[in-house]
Amino acid sequence: MTINTLAKGGSVFIILIVAMQDPDMGMKMRNQRLLITVIPMVKGVEFLLWFLTEALHVVLRPDETPYPIYLAKKNIRKQGERWNMKGYSLLHKRINHTWDFVVMQAREQLRASKQRRKADRIVLECQEQAYWLINRPPRGKNIYNLDPRCTTALNVYDSLLCVHLCFRPFCLQIETSKRALGRNRVKSSICLESFTKYSEQYQNHDPIMQGCLPSNPWISDDTAHWTMNSEMVPVPTRLRVERWSFSFMELLNDVMGRKEFMTYLEKEFSAENLCFWQACEDIRHGESSKIIEKVEEVYKNFLAPGAARWVNIDSKTMDKTLEGIKHPHRFVMDDAQMHIYFLMKKDSYPRYLKSELYKNMLAKAIVPQETKKSVFPFMRRQRHASPSPAQAASQTPPEGGRAKGAGQAGTNSAVQQN
Amino acid sequence: SVTQCYSLLRFKPFRCRLLPAQRKYMRSPLIPEMATQEVQLNETLAHLKTESETLKSKLEEERAKLHDVELHQVAEKVEGLGQFVMKTRRTLKGHGNKVLCMDWCKDKRRIVSSSQDGKVIVWDAFTTNKEHAVTMPCTWVMACAYAPSGCAVACGGLDNKCSVYPLSLDKNENLAAKKKSVAMHTNYLSACSFTNSDMQILTSSGDGTCALWDVESGQLLQSFHGHAADVLCLDLAPSETGNTFVSGGCDKKANVWDMRSGQCIQSFETHESDINSVRYYPSGDAFASGSDDATCRLYDLRADREVAIYSKESIIFGVSSVDFSLSGRLLFGGYNDYTINVWDVLKGTRVSILFGHENRVSTLRVSPDGTAFCTGSWDHTLRVRAICSLI
Repeated sequence: MTINTLAKGGSVFIILIVAMQDPDMGMKMRNQRLLITVIPMVKGVEFLLWFLTEALHVVLRPDETPYPIYLAKKNIRKQGERWNMKGYSLLHKRINHTWDFVVMQAREQLRASKQRRKADRIVLECQEQAYWLINRPPRGKNIYNLDPRCTTALNVYDSLLCVHLCFRPFCLQIETSKRALGRNRVKSSICLESFTKYSEQYQNHDPIMQGCLPSNPWISDDTAHWTMNSEMVPVPTRLRVERWSFSFMELLNDVMGRKEFMTYLEKEFSAENLCFWQACEDIRHGESSKIIEKVEEVYKNFLAPGAARWVNIDSKTMDKTLEGIKHPHRFVMDDAQMHIYFLMKKDSYPRYLKSELYKNMLAKAIVPQETKKSVFPFMRRQRHASPSPAQAASQTPPEGGRAKGAGQAGTNSAVQQN
Repeated sequence: SVTQCYSLLRFKPFRCRLLPAQRKYMRSPLIPEMATQEVQLNETLAHLKTESETLKSKLEEERAKLHDVELHQVAEKVEGLGQFVMKTRRTLKGHGNKVLCMDWCKDKRRIVSSSQDGKVIVWDAFTTNKEHAVTMPCTWVMACAYAPSGCAVACGGLDNKCSVYPLSLDKNENLAAKKKSVAMHTNYLSACSFTNSDMQILTSSGDGTCALWDVESGQLLQSFHGHAADVLCLDLAPSETGNTFVSGGCDKKANVWDMRSGQCIQSFETHESDINSVRYYPSGDAFASGSDDATCRLYDLRADREVAIYSKESIIFGVSSVDFSLSGRLLFGGYNDYTINVWDVLKGTRVSILFGHENRVSTLRVSPDGTAFCTGSWDHTLRVRAICSLI
């Protein structure tokens, strides 16, 4: 489909869409990736500008050179007759918004023509003048001589513009409100009670409220608190182990807690659940380029029939996931991951908290002695530097995407990789 | 009117995608007279406005139905907080102009800060040593963030971009050489944050949108439309499924978004002015906001409403940033009158007022383990404060 064949009888919209993608006079199209689909995209502003300048002048009048550009050239060369000057200023008023483009085009054409041989240039100018003498818009009438299709196009443009700029915020608001009305809400008395419970539960763990043992590093300049609570220590502090019992998320967020939980699951022969969950996290938060290979790995290890570490997911979720794997994307494992997460949370986690493994950990956890405030408070301890996480990472190349955990601190610089 | 639309052209480039509500209104024929079409469009606009307002008030009614008790009433049985003394334990000097933003590293002692003169500095706040410094090509670096691994920082501002700088320890290496441009907006970058890994960044911008980017490729993964004006702040939810975040903007709205679908799940509009800062309550069930209307407010996500206002008649200057202590009992607010107010979240009262900065407090964050909090100010310094004694 070329523009010329369409121009004879095609609809304005089809003409525009084809013209937009034309390599010469079209727009710069970009590809936008939305999750798994790729759609061609143009910026709204660019489209409107293109429409006003190229489409109206060139696309919808494929056989004619724009008259205003011709006039602009004449004006620049200061050769216009008086009639043309009046028309020129009327035209300026009429298409004010494209004026810059017109003048720019005129200048460009003049510059290009300067590069031609003088003989050619004279011939072309005579031809142009003759053309416009024959084809120029009639006196006193619609200077721009719009094709009726252009008028339609202008109306369409206006309504598109209106719809997008004026209507859209309201349409978005209406959609959001409708969705919000459909939400389930919880009574205030229940919600607010949870805040008091949470604050109470965490009060002992909040250094600002309750201080921290052996001392707050910022006050005493002693980093012992950080050293004792670094990612992997032989013996964790009691507060830290207690915190693992507050919620499943607390346990998983602590690197050491997660390792302990893994040990427990291994005893129960359900370690594949946690491995699967970690692999899914890696897909979700890792590099885009590695998604496909990671999904393959996960399928091979956890989901394929007869897989070495097959995870037990309900058939509906399994079918949906297997279907999604055919076109892998970042969130393809979400449903399966959530299923396994809640399985662990409701089943394995409560049993872990009652297990000997956890109880022993809690029993042998240390409670640091509070450091007595020094007698001479003005004698400042030396503040020791610690190795930067960036340095530790450059020594052992980091795996993509792993980020959870308490982070390095104090003098313990070993970086543990999952 | 139609002519008004032309002037709006400059401000908001939207993508050409019609929503269901819009398609309904596009039924009108394509070749009417210009005059009648203008009337038709104006009528449609008025209709949309009233529909939107009606739905909003209906929503408020529904929300009010389940509100059977106030937070301070529930908190009556909770023990009150005594007076406590917070002292500045570190003052970080080195920026040549207003400090605009800061973020903590997960190692609990390092900090990245950015300022109006285009400088981004990484400090070991414990020793007050500067470890890295980058000069951005633009001034007003309004957003900066530390990567979860501690190996990179992200920053941006008037350049409309968010760039990631991997932190190299080679003193001879120029950090700017390894810079990676990730996000591209059509207006200034107001806030940025890494998600759970170094691989994705969430940004908010003066162009009214938020966006999620893939760091490696610079690709836009998802964009979030719904604010009617500049978006000034955002915070990621600490939830189990880790899929939502909240943003606040100049349209006085705080919106909660689903990162996967790009939809606005919840919206709250009770502030009377721009929302400068939003922060989730540690449990993820609520979030606090600070605004130019001199109040901080708490919004509960399950009750779907505002549940507390933290304000005093004597406080008339706007709040620039808010953060919770680790247990969520205290809310720290940095104000434009150079002070920091500390609020008891449950009882709604002010517990303490802190001085020290010589110009407005522009940014405030509690450290990851809650041992201290850091404030950045227009007086070119950052201060780290901790509790010295509890009386």
